[in-house]
Amino acid sequence: MKVAILQFPGSNCDWDAEHAVKDVLGIPATRVWHKSSLPSETEAVIVPGGFSFGDYLRCGAIARFSPIMKDLKSFASKGGQILGICNGFQILCEAGLLPGALIRNDCLEFRCINQKVLIQQSNDRFNPEKCGKELVLPIAHGEGNYRLESEELNTLESNNQVLLRYSGNPNGSVNDIAGIRNINGNVYGMMPHPERAVEPYHPSADGLPILSAFLEPVCNRSTVDLSA
Amino acid sequence: MTDNTATPLPPNPDPVLNVEITPELVAQHGLLPEEYESVLKILGRTPNLTELGIFSVMWSEHCAYKNTRKLLRLFPTEKKDKDAIGQVLVKAGEENAGVIDVGEGWGVAFKIESHNHPSAIEPFEGAATGVGGIVRDIFTMGARPVLLTNSLRFGSLDSDHVKRLFRGVVHGISNYGNCLGIPNMGGDIYFDDCYEGNPLVNALCAGILKHEDIQRGAATGVGNPVFYVGPGTGRDGLGGASFASRELTEESAADRPAVQKGDPFMEKLLLEACLEMMAIPGLVVGIQDMGAAGLTCSTCETASRGNSGIEIDLDLVPQRETGMNSYEIMLSESQERMLVIVKKGREREIKEVFEKWDLHAAHIGEVKDGDRMVVRHKGVVVADLPAKSLTDEAPIYDQPASEPAHIQAARDWSVNSVPELAVESVESSLNKLLAHPTIASKRWVWQQYDHQVMSGCTVEPGSDAGVVHLSIAGIDKRLAISNDCNNRFCYLDPYKGAQIAFAECMRNLACSGARALAVTDNLNFANPNKPEAYHMLKECVKGLADSCKFFDVPVVGGNVSLYNEHGEGAIDPTPVISMVGLIEKAEAVTRSFIKEAGNSIILLGGLPNELGGSYFLQTEYGKKEGTCPEVDFDEEKKIQDFLIDQIDNGKVISAHDISEGGLLVAISEMLFDNPNLGADISIDYGTSNRLDALLFGESQGRVLIEISENNVSEVLGLAEEYGLSALNIGNSTNSGRLKLKVANHEVLDSNVNELYEVWSNAIPQQMNQN
Repeated sequence: MKVAILQFPGSNCDWDAEHAVKDVLGIPATRVWHKSSLPSETEAVIVPGGFSFGDYLRCGAIARFSPIMKDLKSFASKGGQILGICNGFQILCEAGLLPGALIRNDCLEFRCINQKVLIQQSNDRFNPEKCGKELVLPIAHGEGNYRLESEELNTLESNNQVLLRYSGNPNGSVNDIAGIRNINGNVYGMMPHPERAVEPYHPSADGLPILSAFLEPVCNRSTVDLSA
Repeated sequence: MTDNTATPLPPNPDPVLNVEITPELVAQHGLLPEEYESVLKILGRTPNLTELGIFSVMWSEHCAYKNTRKLLRLFPTEKKDKDAIGQVLVKAGEENAGVIDVGEGWGVAFKIESHNHPSAIEPFEGAATGVGGIVRDIFTMGARPVLLTNSLRFGSLDSDHVKRLFRGVVHGISNYGNCLGIPNMGGDIYFDDCYEGNPLVNALCAGILKHEDIQRGAATGVGNPVFYVGPGTGRDGLGGASFASRELTEESAADRPAVQKGDPFMEKLLLEACLEMMAIPGLVVGIQDMGAAGLTCSTCETASRGNSGIEIDLDLVPQRETGMNSYEIMLSESQERMLVIVKKGREREIKEVFEKWDLHAAHIGEVKDGDRMVVRHKGVVVADLPAKSLTDEAPIYDQPASEPAHIQAARDWSVNSVPELAVESVESSLNKLLAHPTIASKRWVWQQYDHQVMSGCTVEPGSDAGVVHLSIAGIDKRLAISNDCNNRFCYLDPYKGAQIAFAECMRNLACSGARALAVTDNLNFANPNKPEAYHMLKECVKGLADSCKFFDVPVVGGNVSLYNEHGEGAIDPTPVISMVGLIEKAEAVTRSFIKEAGNSIILLGGLPNELGGSYFLQTEYGKKEGTCPEVDFDEEKKIQDFLIDQIDNGKVISAHDISEGGLLVAISEMLFDNPNLGADISIDYGTSNRLDALLFGESQGRVLIEISENNVSEVLGLAEEYGLSALNIGNSTNSGRLKLKVANHEVLDSNVNELYEVWSNAIPQQMNQN
């Protein structure tokens, strides 16, 4: 079982994500360059934070044309588990794998703070019972203001696709949205950085339940595979 | 008379450059007539314009340290104690940055550098490229950058122009550093009228590397190919090094082309590509950043270090503008470029790495026999100079020095020249200090910096020192960083002021549980040709050098920025000290904030009793005057050793150094992480002491520690064994109030949340009103 962590030119949380998954959670993970293809043994993909292609044009707008995105889309359509964090969330929105768009923070400045977020009752993996009701997760972004047309927003809300909401909105996101999933429940995106909240010296260890929830299906399957 | 016998070079292919070298042209290039005489002597002929440009940048203060080289020799460059951790692996001046040992085969490369002049003209780009330049210096050494900090100085925030500079500089640093993905741990920021029109922007980077991976910037091995890597060269930043070596004037805005434009995305690609290339065994022979003086500096410095000649062909240099001539290509300071010398026959390997990252890797020349730096353009030799003459033969000056009158006045100052503070005024005085932007919270700044990227941030900005875990290297160690320099003390007494900057920086590390390893310094001063300015430079350097020797903390590199003047005014002497420290154990990491109610607060070092140079004199009376506080290094060493020992023993819950604003500001700051806490403080003092000096004086060598009540008698007993003054002055509470009694009389009973609001809102409020 392997978690692929995509590396675009300008990605800068790729090491952090690998460290959290591999060294802290003990799940095999490897970084995959954007010009390569997705390794066949891939069971989950993390699209990490950073400034892919310098965030030029629009955040995530150029990364969406990278060679690996073809594989990523087909992986998604087969039900593969994908998590986009920060710039990764922006890329997934630009690529149409998640609805909506992330625009400039309403304060017009970059914000790096420890942010209170509330876990929503989204599905059997992301809910307050499993992940905790209220978490503290680092955020670090200039463009995290989530936007969606009102009709689609209603759909998103009524399908319980919102994973996380800010408690004290730092960027102007509609409905305080900090993270969402797709309707099928296999593609996830969030602005907060769970991979920066996994060590004793981090502001909290609240990234662990988030990453564990995301990796739960692949961990379970791997257990089944191994025993088979 | 000059021996004018060498054969002149052929005419330059660009006719514009074929001009007569007149005294006016020489002066425009910032060279003195006697310096030009030396050029003629070295060449044995008249230089052409390209060559004159090359001498001009290489012999500028920025590159050649011609006014400071002698003084810099005073700094110790290695540790006396050869068994201590932190041995110097690469000394100051040897390479792009110094490297020190941090144990287990790992080293830390770090350095600070100024970008003052560009930031005064174009704050966003000036500050951004300052970050870019220092980061290149670090990864050139083969190190993975792990932290950034900045030392910033601005005029009063009442001025709209200063606000524009402040906002622009912070945005520039944030934009560049965040994109690179290197945590910025904040740093220090002071606001003082002397920086009006001439802000200081000093940027520091530290990186980690294995001893065996240290790279050198030498061109060796005749026949080895010279590569240019990174984006193409343009006309930006032409002559930036010479520009930085002049005073700023009203006309400086016309120098805007001399300010470079940064592209952090390119730098990120260059960083990753270079580290990937350097990880290939035996491929890289030498590597040098193209920073100040661009292609010129990197070619002649690598040749000079390698005792070789070097030959490059400008037709092969990637260019992003058309029609550039040799003068422009050689002097451009386009950013994010490097010069790499690789092993002959392995050209394909470097090209593959840079192709992966979509960057140029152009083979532009070769290492040659001899000592000449030869530059060709369009088939013609456009420059032919002895490389070492550019790097080693720049003139060195000993300037006349004379003590400015205000320094004697400061010595003669009497505290009786200011009225004693009435008890009723203590609260308002405290509020004024907490609202001064130098003392007020800098969260507005550092929340714009990504300080958590790379997952190592262990103590976030706002505490006495920033701390990052070195998990990226796979080692369980923490690096602590602190910057300091109170210009007010350096102005009043340059020698002591520099000692204080050093001691406070080291004390900040000790308060965080870190042992100091080494220093990088940024000497920001006025025009050295003015005897009074040169005196202050000299005294500060002596003060700093003596401090380094006393504490056995060597200087491993740094930067000099002179000519920091604007209009009629000059900046105060500002020798910024940055110190790197190491924390081995997780338990030793200590913050400067009271953790919980019911603990005792101990004052180490004795009651403050001096007012000279204090911020209190500034906020209360608008005065920058007085006798600089006493410096006693024996006491300072005692207090720091004691503090680190008690931290290692697990006795210290939090620790905070008393600095700007004095005792009462320090106690308040300790409560600001959780303003629902409070403190009951009771101090006795002799009748000879003044209340204002006790509460707001900035006597040195004072630290507050929070310890458990159970440990009080033990800690006080141990302090006595050290011969150290330690006073139990009160305890932390849950009351949300800061209560203070002096000699059993109530002096203060303030709501901590209200104090916190004043302190935390001061800068945002100023910045949001337009």
